[in-house]
Amino acid sequence: MGVALGRLVQWTAPGHGTRVLEKTPLNEAILKEIIMFAESFIYKHPQEAKYVFVEPLEWKTDLNPSAFESGYVVSATTVKSEESDENGQPLLFLSVPQIKVRSFGQLSCFLLIAKDTKLKEAQACIEGNRNPVAKILGLDYNTMKEESSILNILDKITKDNDTESEIKMKIAILLKQLDVNLLNHSLKCISLEIPLHPAAVKNDIELLKRFSGKGEQTVLESIKYTSDYEYPNGCRAPPWRQILGEICYVLVKPHDVETLCITCSEEGVFLNGGKTDDEEINYERKGVIYKDLVTCLKEKSAKFSENMSKQKTRFNEELQKEKNKPNETPKKEAPGALRKAIPGSDKTMLEKNQINFGKSNMIKRLEPSLNWKTTIDSKEVSIHEERHGGRVEKSAPSVSAGKAQLIRKSGEKVEEIVSESSSESEEDEEPPDHRQEANADLPSEYWQIQKLVKYLKGGNQTATVIALCSMKDFNLAQETCQLAIRDVGGLEVLINLLDTDEVKCKIGSLKILKEISHNPQIRRNIVDLGGLPIMVNILDSPHKSLKCLAAETIANVAKFRRARWAVRHHGGITKLVALLDCAQNSAEPAQSSLYDARDVEVARCGALALWSCSKSYANKEAIRKAGGIPLLARLLKTSHENMLIPVVGTLQECASEENYRAAIKAERIIENLVKNLNSENEQLQEHCAMAIYQCAEDEETRDLVRMHGGLKPLATLLNNTDNKERLAAVTGAIWKCSISKENVTKFREYKAIETLVGLLTDQPEEVLVNVVGALGECCQEYENRVIVRKCGGIQPLVNLLVGINQALLVNVTKAVGACAVEPENMMIIDRLDGVRLLWSLLKNPHPDVKASAAWALCPCIQNAKDAGEMVRSFVGGLELVVNLLKSDNKEVLASVCAAITNIAKDQENLAVITDHGVVPLLSKLANTNNDKLRRHLAEAISCCCMWGRNRVAFGENKAVAPLVRYLKSNDANVHRATAQALYQLSEDADNCITMHENGAVKLLLHMVGSPDQDLQEAAAGCISNIRRLALATEKARYT
Amino acid sequence: MNRKKLQKLTDTLTKNCKHFNKFEVNCLIRLYYNLVGDITERQGTVNGLDRNAFRNILHVTFGMTDDMIMDRVFRGFDKDNDGNVSVSEWVYGLSLFLRGTLEEKMKYCFEVFDLNGDGFISKEEMFHMLKNSLLKQPSEEDPDEGIKDLVEITLKKMDNDHDGKLSFSDYEQAVREETLLLEAFGPCLPDPKSQMEFEAHVFKDPNEFID
Repeated sequence: MGVALGRLVQWTAPGHGTRVLEKTPLNEAILKEIIMFAESFIYKHPQEAKYVFVEPLEWKTDLNPSAFESGYVVSATTVKSEESDENGQPLLFLSVPQIKVRSFGQLSCFLLIAKDTKLKEAQACIEGNRNPVAKILGLDYNTMKEESSILNILDKITKDNDTESEIKMKIAILLKQLDVNLLNHSLKCISLEIPLHPAAVKNDIELLKRFSGKGEQTVLESIKYTSDYEYPNGCRAPPWRQILGEICYVLVKPHDVETLCITCSEEGVFLNGGKTDDEEINYERKGVIYKDLVTCLKEKSAKFSENMSKQKTRFNEELQKEKNKPNETPKKEAPGALRKAIPGSDKTMLEKNQINFGKSNMIKRLEPSLNWKTTIDSKEVSIHEERHGGRVEKSAPSVSAGKAQLIRKSGEKVEEIVSESSSESEEDEEPPDHRQEANADLPSEYWQIQKLVKYLKGGNQTATVIALCSMKDFNLAQETCQLAIRDVGGLEVLINLLDTDEVKCKIGSLKILKEISHNPQIRRNIVDLGGLPIMVNILDSPHKSLKCLAAETIANVAKFRRARWAVRHHGGITKLVALLDCAQNSAEPAQSSLYDARDVEVARCGALALWSCSKSYANKEAIRKAGGIPLLARLLKTSHENMLIPVVGTLQECASEENYRAAIKAERIIENLVKNLNSENEQLQEHCAMAIYQCAEDEETRDLVRMHGGLKPLATLLNNTDNKERLAAVTGAIWKCSISKENVTKFREYKAIETLVGLLTDQPEEVLVNVVGALGECCQEYENRVIVRKCGGIQPLVNLLVGINQALLVNVTKAVGACAVEPENMMIIDRLDGVRLLWSLLKNPHPDVKASAAWALCPCIQNAKDAGEMVRSFVGGLELVVNLLKSDNKEVLASVCAAITNIAKDQENLAVITDHGVVPLLSKLANTNNDKLRRHLAEAISCCCMWGRNRVAFGENKAVAPLVRYLKSNDANVHRATAQALYQLSEDADNCITMHENGAVKLLLHMVGSPDQDLQEAAAGCISNIRRLALATEKARYT
Repeated sequence: MNRKKLQKLTDTLTKNCKHFNKFEVNCLIRLYYNLVGDITERQGTVNGLDRNAFRNILHVTFGMTDDMIMDRVFRGFDKDNDGNVSVSEWVYGLSLFLRGTLEEKMKYCFEVFDLNGDGFISKEEMFHMLKNSLLKQPSEEDPDEGIKDLVEITLKKMDNDHDGKLSFSDYEQAVREETLLLEAFGPCLPDPKSQMEFEAHVFKDPNEFID
């Protein structure tokens, strides 16, 4: 005990009067050990517990005399134990606040009495008695303990043989055991706190670097070393500072405070004096030492701490990984480990992807799901396998369950999101419930609102109405008031009022609910309290003003899925649709009564609620089934903007469904949408454009837009770029409309292409996606390709190839590909190194991007000068392309086949891809039913026949028989490509036999009659080869 | 009463009443004499609805409960202050009661609430009218505390010129801002449900009204 207390317990710095114990985990652990020892002493060693200490242990206690019960003589300020020594002195004596204890028995009892304050008392005891052993056993035993030899103790026992010293010895041994115990215990604690070493610091900094950069999501703006030179021992501090244990110095720029200059030393991390004017560092310590860099930064920057907690899980996982790395040795990587490691490495890829998404600001929630399935195909995985193989194997049993759960979880989440409409906003995330802290500083509104709620509860109709009106005067748009109403139980009362017969109370209550339901938390509370069914019922009320208010409140509440479900589930959709039917005669006079409202207003509120509800797929269906579309179409003919916005908003939301698009076409809604594009209201324009964007997937609709003169206003709206939401909608509409050639011609007339090119820079991604998509469609035509070039559009397009947004990349690659059809454009693309960028996109994890990039490469290779040389210049490029043939995505395969067709036109490149095994890979794909893939595969095969013994190899890899079956397809393109491939393959005799066996001749004979000349020629050539072989065989037989 | 007289009375009253058509006036007159008939039979001399009979109608037909308010409503009907509601007062009063414009109703309600008729609703009058509006909580030391507070809240909301009492213009402005405050100090107009029932009953089948 003496050793442990003397050496281990951490005392506060001297100089503050008496030294007290520091509050550290280690101290606490030691105290707990001691308490356990003392508490159980009376049971374990009853004999020794009676031993009277040489000197009492004395300290100041907080315990009241009243706490002592039987066995003690208690007065107001003193307590004496009934148990006393031979001289009649009590073994425990308390004279507030001083306490003296003279036996272990009393000590045990005292600790039992102290209950919750045990720890405090023990601490006070240790603080008050710096050398307890000496006090208990006398000074000579203390010195003996210092020698700490069991022999000495035995010696003493044999020397003086009386019982007292025997007990003393026993106690000494017990204390000795406790001491050893404590030492062991603290060793465990200490071993967790190893001093920082250069590698750990480096890891920390590297990790933080990865999470730093611009943007709100990152933890820091930047972090860098002051010196680039690293000494062999891993330190960056100059040698004369290394002696002091300093490792390196870093400059950290957090988001919210000035740049910090931080010293990392073996002792810990602290702020130094910063850089002086002559680029030297002031090494002086400023402030406290933290245990590591992260702790230090958390203390210094609130923003860091906040973002860190968001990233925490990821960061920790990374950290764990880094920490584990040094433990693995190459030897541990048994051959079997690789295979076992696959699930684990899969997971690390997953993590990686997630981190990427953290960086890209999580613009679209759907994106992560698209990502991880495809990550297992490239070399990257094998690298990961090698790196983590050893570790994963070791920790597999405990971790894998968690992993599986994680994967399943994310899977479920994706499913959930997908089941909802695509237009679902992030609104759906359940926000944390911030209840007011009971003792937090409450604003005066809180108390006033609490009072009003009291009157609501305990008042008759008159008092209730007064209280409601008064409550309405608070700033209900303010969150404090909204939450105050909820926190004092006002929501329950307001919702209860809706269930009464008092119309005035209902109106008053809804007026308040309508306002406060703008708050997402309140919405959830309203739903939780069952407010929606009641409001849905009110929609049936004979009072129009009530209907309006209820519908408006529903519009606010139904902003998340559960609420929308509740509205539908309680029959709300039908009732809301019925509200739309009110607005037959818009010429009625304004009503002054409390209970009436204009029919138009009722319809408007109905539309507003439907708009909110229409974000769920099932609700869209329900609206349609309730006959909402014709009613919406009729309302669309009105000219009130505030009516049109919710109506168009609902239509736009619903237009994501095929059924709706058809109905929209049938109800002649497009005409009115186009008309409202010319409105003055920006929001209305936005929703109209959005609706057109959704509907224009359909060709007929695109024509309708043109016929109703919708293209011109769209083109005009392009010039106003301030409102980004509207710009995104407008460019979206233009994109979809420009799928029709006639529309493109119109857009060219309106100079829209030039404007689109101008929008290629400095726009948010949502706009860029659409702009680039539109350009991609427009550039299918020669004139527009020229315009894009002349307006300088190629450079910004190529620049966009380095982005990360997948939707954007798909469109950009398409646009670049379309431009590349023009040799002059191609020259520019080549000069900007666009082909290399396209090529590197083949590594993109998203299959759509891969495919789109591969398609874009085809015209590039066709039109580039020295295409063969260019292709060869991409190191590893050809191997990459060939390996993509292992993909399981049909579109990727078709596009890669097309690219291979173009690559193979160059003999040298063909030789290279042949070496990379293109023939077996192509042959493996032959058994497909996809006509697009069939066509490009056949073309690729026919081009690849031109090298060495590839023809024979295709035959050996059994590609010929499936090819023959392609001739039965309905697609003329497939026929032509297949015939050409068969013609090439028929140069080899064995292939001819296979073809003949598979009945190719009859099929080919049909093809000879085709109007397609290429097909005719190839089919005829193939037949002639087969025939010639037959003749030769016959000849050989007869001669 | 003979037919001719009834016809004439109907014509004159219809002329003076903008919210009812002739048929409706006719129905109301019939109803009035139906009701008065019972009373005259009993009391012989009086020609009109007295306070008690009228209050009975308010209570049974329009579901009003507050004695004081009902008294005030009677006063509102009894224009000439003779303690009886005459047939013309009956038709005129009901036209406002059932079909009045917001302006008319505001004027009427203000008169109802202005207990002493001095053109202002004072704090005392408010207190008087609101004194039964809160559930008395036994725990509270001053049972009137809540009522006083409620009066203050109302004043804060409606007293635009801050003179501690409500003038008609204060009242009018507050009601135009928030129609719910029309009957701020107690229900003195029929609630929509009983109004609809009444109209359906009286105007559809005039011969079988009231038991």
